[in-house]
Amino acid sequence: MSYILKRLGRSALTVFVVVSASFGLVRLLPGGPLDYLRAQMIQQGGGDLSAAEINRRIAAQTNIAVDEPVYVQYVDYMTSIVQGDFGRSIWYEEPVASVIGPAIPWTVFLTASALFLTFTVGVSLGAFMAYKEGSTFDVTSTGVGLVLNSTPSYVVALLLIAFLGYQFQLFPTGGRYASELTPGLNVPFLASVLYHGMLPILSMAVVGFGGWALSMRGNSIRVLGEDYLRVARLRGLPTRRIAIRYVARNAILPMYTGLMIAIGTVFGGAVIIENIFAYPGVGFYLIQAINARDYPLMMGGFILITVAMVVGITIADLTYGWLDPRASGGESREAY
Amino acid sequence: MDGSTRGPAEVSPVKRTDDTELSDERDPLVDAVDADADTDVDPDERAITGRACEEPVATDGGTAASEFDAVADASLTDTERRRQWVEESLLAPARIVWDDWRARTGLVIVSLYLLMGTVGPLVVAKPSTNQGPLLVGAFRSLSYPLGTTLSGTSILSQIVHATPSMLIMIASGAVFTVVLGTTLGTLAGYKGGRIDSALMTVSDVMMTIPGLPLTIVLAAALQIEGNPAVIGVLITVNAWAGLARAIRSQVLTLRDAEYVEASRIMGMDTSTIVVGDIVPNLMPYITMNFVQQARAVIFGSVGLYFLGVLPYNNVNWGVMMNAAVNRAGATSSVAAFHWLLLPMVTIIVLGLGLTLLAQGADRIFNPRVRARHAETVGGGDGEDDSTATTGGL
Repeated sequence: MSYILKRLGRSALTVFVVVSASFGLVRLLPGGPLDYLRAQMIQQGGGDLSAAEINRRIAAQTNIAVDEPVYVQYVDYMTSIVQGDFGRSIWYEEPVASVIGPAIPWTVFLTASALFLTFTVGVSLGAFMAYKEGSTFDVTSTGVGLVLNSTPSYVVALLLIAFLGYQFQLFPTGGRYASELTPGLNVPFLASVLYHGMLPILSMAVVGFGGWALSMRGNSIRVLGEDYLRVARLRGLPTRRIAIRYVARNAILPMYTGLMIAIGTVFGGAVIIENIFAYPGVGFYLIQAINARDYPLMMGGFILITVAMVVGITIADLTYGWLDPRASGGESREAY
Repeated sequence: MDGSTRGPAEVSPVKRTDDTELSDERDPLVDAVDADADTDVDPDERAITGRACEEPVATDGGTAASEFDAVADASLTDTERRRQWVEESLLAPARIVWDDWRARTGLVIVSLYLLMGTVGPLVVAKPSTNQGPLLVGAFRSLSYPLGTTLSGTSILSQIVHATPSMLIMIASGAVFTVVLGTTLGTLAGYKGGRIDSALMTVSDVMMTIPGLPLTIVLAAALQIEGNPAVIGVLITVNAWAGLARAIRSQVLTLRDAEYVEASRIMGMDTSTIVVGDIVPNLMPYITMNFVQQARAVIFGSVGLYFLGVLPYNNVNWGVMMNAAVNRAGATSSVAAFHWLLLPMVTIIVLGLGLTLLAQGADRIFNPRVRARHAETVGGGDGEDDSTATTGGL
């Protein structure tokens, strides 16, 4: 129980640090976003705007009241973020939350499907390769896995969109679903969502499962050489039970930390993938914001991506504590 | 003594030395016994008891006065020891690398890229516009082997001239991550207690921040210049956290090992123990991570250059891809596809080389694989490598 509380506290701390850092980046850097906004407004207003008016507009857009002392600005900024107010997007002229909010589920849909696909396919493939160690299947899969593991997801994305998207016109090259459909729980809409999400998910999944398969293969082979496995065999346990309870469990556990890092990689990679497929997720807006120098949108997008990732990692971490009881205890080591 | 049951021929030199403590010349009592023996015992019997007929004291060389001074038959001279060290730590790894096709391929690929980054720019002409006709396909003409871009720039010269800055970027990012991750990870794992929880809280926080978006935001807010070394660090800005965590958990299994405990009891300070006992055991893991980080830097930087969100002051593989897609629509036009494809192939091949090298590094440090090769070296300490027997299962 205290482990769970501690873990949740840590996640909250992460979000707090990221939001504070975003305040620091926007507010404190000389020649940074705030100065840029001011210069832009003076230019737009043609000198008609008073200093107070400019400050008021900046405050409306970034949640930072420039004429207040720094700590007041900080507290104001943090409170408004907690209330879900990320400022106003300059480019879309809408609140940031209403631009990015609807995009979050789409990004989560892409990343979660890709992660699930790579992990399950990779782990099963790796286990199978370990059992067939040295066979043609093992050698071929290792080779394929190596090449895939050495390919960045955006390369696959570009190849997929060039061939399946433009060349053979099999898949759409942009968007989240066909525009004539009404969103909701109806079959054509869900089918269209899958159809549009297929290439982005594939490009993230294809490059991932090679790595999972290789590390699962390595772990399984290591476990297969352990003494306790020999004992299990000598006890005459059924092969199935050995495979699942002894090999799979102990081989997957060390990969769980990798899964947490993979969540980060996939979220980061999604930023590039969403832009290649013009898929309006959080990453798509993040890059748009940077190209348009829309700082409120940029910081909002960054904070929300982080929150999504923190949630994902927290879930993974809590399930790890549940899978491996050693993780939740054992903070009582002697200090040297 | 079993001397009486043996014939003189069977008496071994070792047995003789057993008697030497009795026959120390400088001991008057022993001299007396010797003198006594000389008178009473006939030559044959004296041989049986281990004494030579002519001399009162018979040891191996006649010099060792006690068995503590006796030296093993097969002693190692300094040269031999040095040769063995070279065989174990240089030749065996080299042989492992060369025997394994993966490590060999990886090494060759990475060396080729290093060559391309150092010698390449001197051999291949600098890229400039209108070097040749526009959008020549790859492998069509000898003067532009990889074709040209929309503005007539040779793709080969672009790829080659992008290599040096990419290599700097890769090196700086990988060094930054590995040094920081290893230092903090070993410190946290070994020290434990408050330092551990403080460092791990920091790295947990850093780890849960998505890396590429963080890089993007930092690059946009900091207005940095296109210095490749800085970009390399920026790309891996929080990658150290994951490595520190992994290293820490490895250190936790090592910190209570007998030899570490022995060093601790002997009163060695923490830095000596960490550097001497712990880090060498982590070298395989660290090397592997260095190579993997290098790969991550390439993938990340090219991806972000492709999106056009990083500053640059030189041509670059990612910038080439960006130009190919945005200026020539390379994803939808066949005529410009080679412009996009070639930088991608460049990245994949380098990535593959690094992956293979990482696997090779794993094999060099893997005791089972080492054992197999140390046996071929010959004369090495075979006992250390007895783990090889468990390798079969």
